[in-house]
Amino acid sequence: MAGEKAEELPEGGMILVAGSSKNYNTGDWRSKRPECDAEKCTNCLMCWVYCPDNSIIVKGGKRVGFKLTHCKGCGICANQCPTKAIKMVEEGA
Amino acid sequence: MVRIAMNGDQVVALSWKQIDPDVVAAYPITPQTIIVEAFSDYVADGLVNTEYVCAESEHSAMSLCIGASAAGARTATATASAGLAFMWEVLYVASGMRLPIVMVVANRALSGPINIHCDHSDAMGARDAGWIQLFGENVQEAYDNSIMAFRVAEHMDIRLPMMTCLDGFIVTHSLESFEPLPDEVVKKFVGEFKWKRSLLDYKNPTTMGPFDWTDYYFEHKYQQVEAMRHVTPVLNQVQEEFAKISGRKYDIIEPYRMDDADYAVIAMGSTAGTLKEIVDEMRAEGKKVGSIKLRLFRPFPGAEMAKLLQGLKGVAVLDRAISIGSTGPLFPEVRSALYDSKERPRLINYVYGLGGRDIKPEELKHVYKQLIYKEGETLNFLGVRA
Amino acid sequence: MTVTNLKLLSEQEDKYVEGHRLCAGCAEPIIARQILMATDKPIVVSNATGCFEVSSSIYPFTSWNVPWIHSAFENAAPTIGGVEAAYLALKRKGKVTADMRFISFGGDGATYDIGFQAISGAIERGSHFLYVCLNNEAYMNTGIQRSGATGRGASTTTCPAGTCVPGKREFPKDMTKIIIAHDLPYAAQGSPHNYKDLIEKAAKGFEADGPAFLNVISPCPRGWRHDPSKTIEIAKLAVDTCIWPLYEFERGTWRLTGDSLRIAEGAKPKLPIVDWLKSQGRFSHLTKGKWEDVVQEIQANVDSKWQELLKLCKT
Repeated sequence: MAGEKAEELPEGGMILVAGSSKNYNTGDWRSKRPECDAEKCTNCLMCWVYCPDNSIIVKGGKRVGFKLTHCKGCGICANQCPTKAIKMVEEGA
Repeated sequence: MVRIAMNGDQVVALSWKQIDPDVVAAYPITPQTIIVEAFSDYVADGLVNTEYVCAESEHSAMSLCIGASAAGARTATATASAGLAFMWEVLYVASGMRLPIVMVVANRALSGPINIHCDHSDAMGARDAGWIQLFGENVQEAYDNSIMAFRVAEHMDIRLPMMTCLDGFIVTHSLESFEPLPDEVVKKFVGEFKWKRSLLDYKNPTTMGPFDWTDYYFEHKYQQVEAMRHVTPVLNQVQEEFAKISGRKYDIIEPYRMDDADYAVIAMGSTAGTLKEIVDEMRAEGKKVGSIKLRLFRPFPGAEMAKLLQGLKGVAVLDRAISIGSTGPLFPEVRSALYDSKERPRLINYVYGLGGRDIKPEELKHVYKQLIYKEGETLNFLGVRA
Repeated sequence: MTVTNLKLLSEQEDKYVEGHRLCAGCAEPIIARQILMATDKPIVVSNATGCFEVSSSIYPFTSWNVPWIHSAFENAAPTIGGVEAAYLALKRKGKVTADMRFISFGGDGATYDIGFQAISGAIERGSHFLYVCLNNEAYMNTGIQRSGATGRGASTTTCPAGTCVPGKREFPKDMTKIIIAHDLPYAAQGSPHNYKDLIEKAAKGFEADGPAFLNVISPCPRGWRHDPSKTIEIAKLAVDTCIWPLYEFERGTWRLTGDSLRIAEGAKPKLPIVDWLKSQGRFSHLTKGKWEDVVQEIQANVDSKWQELLKLCKT
């Protein structure tokens, strides 16, 4: 990534592209990933409000998926899900 | 324009009144206190629009300035001695973040023991921080430098913080007659503040002050190096413009009676003024001597200094600070600048005036005599009982 | 009325995005996301050096979708104070017209210890900002060293539990009370498990007529030695054992909130502190038999502070 010359960089270390960390995939950190049984999911959005990595995809008030590019596999969503709809499964399983 | 009498601190406050910076955040410390007090009076009488913040420490004062400047405000502050030392950490941050903060430093000795009088150890301790450093000789110069500083620091090719220095008590508290410029002239000269990116520009959110790994830090520092390279030409240009509005022409190095001099003494601050008197006296005795007042310390004008000193028989550098374990701080700068010159003069160092120890005319004459008779060590001390 | 309906909140644009380098299961981003949802005004954020700051700003990546500044460790408060001063100056000159809000994030290190003076000064000056302390009870970013917020008996790398010394000897500073002693318009303690309570408090903080302070318990899987999936559960345990009560101070009135209010009313039990101690590896030496007296000291301290708080809240 680093290859720009000093004169090509914005001065003072300023980062001009807001939210550029979206391009840094933390998903490869995890050893477990969440899977959701849609039948049990009530769309309470507890998983969404407790996810440290914005990795619960919500559309129209419904949990529609997991952002696997960034999910670190912490398991908070599974632990907090009131209906135990989410389970953590081993990656590579 | 009418001449009035004020002391060095008061004229700084007056310059701020005329410039009307957006934000001033400061903490009082002797001998800068009159600046903040006088400015407080202007604020209390509604004579400025400045958002004036009484910080609870110098570290916080500089942090306030950093936040304000990053948010697109023209920002000024003042400090001295231990106050400058306390903000040392964030001086580097202000420069690294490329914030054009203007600060006045009332040069005062660093503790310990604690001493409230003049020497240059405070500003010298900050010489690596990436700030532009300009020294003034007297009250007029303190006023003029304070105004010119905004034009240099804020220049779009520079955007570095800048400190203008005046000798504590000697200039800060001495009543001298000086010529202020009219308000409109000052306002027009400094112009409107322009920001590059502002934190208040929420439609273009910027992250300022990030974390660098080893892969970017060096490039960011190099940017500061490049910015510093623009200072000398910009300052020269600003000094030219200032001469047009004031009739006072400043240079980054001011030689006095150097055209046919064999021996020279270099100094910064008020002592450079005293030196001119000594030069006149010795010239009257037929000695071919001159003096050099250095105004710009950072960036150090090495090439210009070397050019001026080439071919002289002897040069003494006066330092009102010492790097204990080495020499005064100005001395190696001059020595290094001369290293590649073909005709290097004999060059010696005099450390003087620490903790406000008065420098006497006969002591300065003694320096010239040491040059003339090829006496003195590389490192010498003036006026200490030792 | 503050929006705390999750469906509505989920439609907001994220002010803080994914891709930050905080540990899996870290409470800090959970807390920050909840707090940042509490206002729809344009904001500027300042951040003290620490886990949260470093992980969200590794050049050239930034997790910030709003203007953000970090300058040093101890000065998040005066840094945002400077931004606010510029805002006031430029607003007076008509160069800025938006109604903006200012928020600072700092860890317990930055807030309780090295930045104590600076935050006190900023509050005394009436700086109009919300200061959020992300309290994970140690200097986590530098490797889990003790801070003024570290709990009694906790093992950290600079007050480890050894054969002779059972972790930290001192009780933590009550920073929230110290801040309240400045008589500021609003201060509160919060927890990420009770997001409704936290968002409502953050909204009050944003709209306070002067400085506001939010102290939020922030479990740290790495430093507290617990499974990353248990972060929210452990935050709740801090409140349920009353070692981290939920309360607010609003214009001179003290008020318990959330689970703490229910405990005070007798609607739910106050759990014994040993539940808290057993949930984290940093306290594991305390429940192995030798340090029973320390456990009792901790329980006594929690109980006496809880009683003090009940009196202040007139419960």
